[in-house]
Amino acid sequence: MKYYSVKNERTQLLNYLWDFQKEKGYISDSDIRALSKELGISRIEIEGVISFYHFFKRKPVGKYTIYLNNSMISEIKGFRKIKKALEKETGAVFGGTDPTGTFSLFETSCIGLSDQEPAALINFRPFTGLTPEKIKKIISHLKSGGNIDKIKDEVKDFVRYKNDKGEPVIFGEYKEGEAVLNTVKKRPDEIIAEIKESGLSGRGGAFFPTGLKWEFAKRNGSLQKYIICNADEGEPGTFKDRVLLNQIPGLVLEGMITAGYAIGATKGIIYLRAEYFFLKEKIKQTINRFYEIGLLGQNILGKNFDFDIEVMSGAGAYVCGEETSLIESLEGKRGGPRTKVYFPVEKGYLEKPTVVNNVETFTAVARIMEKGSDFFGKKGTDKTKGTKLLSISGDCKKPGIYEIEWGITVKEMLDLCEASDVNYIQFSGPSGTVLTEKDFNRKICGEDLICGGSIMIFNSKRDVFDILTNFSNFFIAESCGLCTPCRAGNYLIGKRLEKIKNGEATFEEIEELKSWAKVLRDTSRCGLGKTSTNFIVDTVNKFPELFKKKALKEKEFNLEAALNDYYDYVKNN
Amino acid sequence: MDPRTVKIKIDGKEFDAIEGQSLIEAAKNNGFYIPTLCHFKEIYPPLGTCRVCTVNINGKPDTACTRKVFDGMNVEVNTPEVLDNRKAIVEMLFAEGNHYCPACAKSGDCELQRKGYEMGISSSRFPHLFEERPRDFKDDRIFLEHNRCILCKRCVHEVKTNNGENVFYFQNRGHNMRVGMDYEKAKELTDEQVLDAAKLCPVGAIIAKGKCTAKPFGDRKFDIDKQIKWIPSEDLKLDIPKDGKKKIVATTSLAGCFGCHMSLLDIDLGILDILELVEFNKSPLTDIKNFTKQCDIGIIEGGVANSENFEVLKEFRKKCKIVVALGECSVWGGMPAMRNTLPLKDCLEEAYLNSISSENDEKVIPYHEDIPKLLNKVYAVSDIIKIDYFIPGCPPNADHIWKAVKNILFGAGEKVAYEEFKYD
Ligand SMILES: Cc1cc2nc3c(=O)[nH]c(=O)nc-3n(C[C@H](O)[C@H](O)[C@H](O)COP(=O)(O)O)c2cc1C
Ligand code: SF4
Ligand code: SF4
Ligand code: SF4
Ligand code: FES
Repeated sequence: MKYYSVKNERTQLLNYLWDFQKEKGYISDSDIRALSKELGISRIEIEGVISFYHFFKRKPVGKYTIYLNNSMISEIKGFRKIKKALEKETGAVFGGTDPTGTFSLFETSCIGLSDQEPAALINFRPFTGLTPEKIKKIISHLKSGGNIDKIKDEVKDFVRYKNDKGEPVIFGEYKEGEAVLNTVKKRPDEIIAEIKESGLSGRGGAFFPTGLKWEFAKRNGSLQKYIICNADEGEPGTFKDRVLLNQIPGLVLEGMITAGYAIGATKGIIYLRAEYFFLKEKIKQTINRFYEIGLLGQNILGKNFDFDIEVMSGAGAYVCGEETSLIESLEGKRGGPRTKVYFPVEKGYLEKPTVVNNVETFTAVARIMEKGSDFFGKKGTDKTKGTKLLSISGDCKKPGIYEIEWGITVKEMLDLCEASDVNYIQFSGPSGTVLTEKDFNRKICGEDLICGGSIMIFNSKRDVFDILTNFSNFFIAESCGLCTPCRAGNYLIGKRLEKIKNGEATFEEIEELKSWAKVLRDTSRCGLGKTSTNFIVDTVNKFPELFKKKALKEKEFNLEAALNDYYDYVKNN
Repeated sequence: MDPRTVKIKIDGKEFDAIEGQSLIEAAKNNGFYIPTLCHFKEIYPPLGTCRVCTVNINGKPDTACTRKVFDGMNVEVNTPEVLDNRKAIVEMLFAEGNHYCPACAKSGDCELQRKGYEMGISSSRFPHLFEERPRDFKDDRIFLEHNRCILCKRCVHEVKTNNGENVFYFQNRGHNMRVGMDYEKAKELTDEQVLDAAKLCPVGAIIAKGKCTAKPFGDRKFDIDKQIKWIPSEDLKLDIPKDGKKKIVATTSLAGCFGCHMSLLDIDLGILDILELVEFNKSPLTDIKNFTKQCDIGIIEGGVANSENFEVLKEFRKKCKIVVALGECSVWGGMPAMRNTLPLKDCLEEAYLNSISSENDEKVIPYHEDIPKLLNKVYAVSDIIKIDYFIPGCPPNADHIWKAVKNILFGAGEKVAYEEFKYD
């Protein structure tokens, strides 16, 4: 148990667990006993870490574990049919394994393939654009002992628009090594000044000015600092980071190297969500090549600058995209967000100053190094600079990645992706905003509608209540549970939504949701809970007629239903 | 270097504080009470799990226990908005777990309960979940009662073996998160450490077997060290006109134990004063079985467990201008709702077939057209009809009842004192 470069074995717990998990599909009691002894931590602590992560199993699973995405996009593209087909073909029921021990079926939150849904991961290989017929073929191939790698799908990257009206920033031509070359020619403080000048803000959703974040980290006198690339991309509907890591992984690495150079860090870690295992090999190969050509390692490009990058895997938890949860996870713990006594730039990974940036942020950094802050800063609006990658999915003709310049309108975006019938847009993910036709002339930029990248479009045939249920279930499943409002609140809200959907709630009970939502927004510990009710408040406000139609005139109690259990029992006995 | 003094503002007043001091402490030193639950001492990093200490800091909501004072810090502790947020969180905790205070060894010494009293919570705005949370009796010395655990993280942080290994740790996540116990490590604790763990737990979730019931229930140990001003209940509305006429009162006991009615009589001679002011109609006190007229106020003891309870309750709503839920059972189900976490089938079989008290030849589930039919759950009266006022307690304190009723009927304007609040 020792192949990782950072020493402090407790921090390697997730890696050890993955080793066991990969070896036999689950983590056994004796594995835990061994780990407990080796690391000097109690078994309950190890069990606590295991049970936090969705992909770790404590019981044997089939030879093939199938994780079917249950996001709303999957749902409109045929999730239910696929689920049925999987159960029929494998003989297993979701949540369990078939009698022969060959297949285990599980649902999972968005796997970052919204442009080719329905999609599933089978032993972490991607299978996309599923149909019942395709399921039949896949399962019979596997049943007859066929090689899974022969039939897995190559994930397609649909880059549909590269700021064609102007010029692309991210998806321009890439010359390997140029960004690093330009970086090491300058002094670290010049780099930070340049990033600040460009106006780049974080692309992971919080839009914190990147240059400023780096400056804080640089000012810290610690000898050991870390750069972390946040590749957890868990917001349902987003898949831009997947495409970047697949198309231009080198650009991401160069951004990280620049960051390391600027703040004085020698170590970088890419935290890659387990759903993206299929990208790991390519990223590792790129890292290896970088070592070979002197872009990583010691004395990079002949300068007195060392930098290493390694890839670490998550294990299925949306909240691990939150930077402090991510750090906890990297330290081998449950991925709960920290109480923000310190920012990561003060005390982050292993209590050392740490810069966490999103994948897309690093690519933008590299472009700024290649082409200068002006090249980036001249694009966009007054206050929101550069371009932004949008992951568009749902009811449109051309789902995929769009590199847009900040400032285009919602309507322009819809025209680009050829969406004609649009009733409901989930803008910037379930934690974002709901848009309807009234918003079509609004601008996509920090001054009006800021967007982390996920755009899910739903046409007028989609049931808004299905959408609400799906998102609510997502937050219930992904809440880490550490704080009361998000843990208990989201669950209670889910119950109320169910009641509303069934037409059993009064209008006051519907309106009451808004005040409950406010409690979650004000008091939750991290962004997950704070934003988890945006979609509800928005929908209640923007679709008043829909809710009026569903609402009861006055409180009603279904006596018959409440008596059913009793009658059933006395009838049968 | 001397500690630097900084200027902070709390609810509009300026104070000096020491830089780096915790906000909870700085507030306390200046006579401001910020309620806390997970916080039990200054630790790094702070637990920050319960969110009960939410205040506004420079206009933004944040938790006091995770913040240190800084120059120019402007804190709002008691705005209606912040008060309501905090109250909502405590209500959530009551709705999430299964808190049967009258049957809890920690009652009177419980920090959650205390928060409820301080905030004047008479009912939770959130419907109780009543989910089964199996109890953990496996350890010889520690009983882990998940129904009462508020997942504050104290035990996870603090209870360690002498080798520094965790005895408790969180398991699963989100709604399914529970505290797990390491039975092997628990063995390494001394008896004293076990007792300390039980004391550390703010609620009755960690019970040292055979050691926690030494004190009588309901003693409210936490009142003894009370240095804080309680926050008065804002629940009672005082808008009933005073026209001098005798008010007509009806009462009933649904799925309750008549304890609330006993408490009603507990005001002793005060009842004579009351009779000057009110006339009783349908009520076990008068033995009037059916309403003979419209009433001003209907007082309901007990929750709704069967079809008859349901009909009576509906009738009360029709016949009474104001309907008051009296006591825990009525407010949210109370002790009878202990069955809510189990399927009805299990309850029936346990009660009528399998219990040791059922005679062999009488093992039969009662069923007849004329006897009330059991509902799948015991419901709070507010699940069925609109309820105007809630009076908590098991049973409610007599003074609390009459103050509340007088307030409702005559706008008497008396506040229900913190001491009169109780759930057990
Ligand atoms: C619940 C939650 C999930 C998040 N998920 C991600 C994510 O998947 N990827 C990401 O880059 N940032 C995510 N973030 C934002 C990060 O906390 C952090 O702000 C970001 O990684 C910083 O990088 P940036 O400044 O480059 O955007 C998430 C935040 C929250 C609250
Ligand atoms: S808001 Fe609270 S429960 Fe939700 S994910 Fe964040 S810390 Fe966890
Ligand atoms: S005394 Fe406290 S722990 Fe016990 S049931 Fe009441 S609120 Fe819960
Ligand atoms: S058992 Fe007690 S101390 Fe531990 S988390 Fe639950 S409430 Fe807190
Ligand atoms: S006391 Fe501050 S969050 Fe619990």
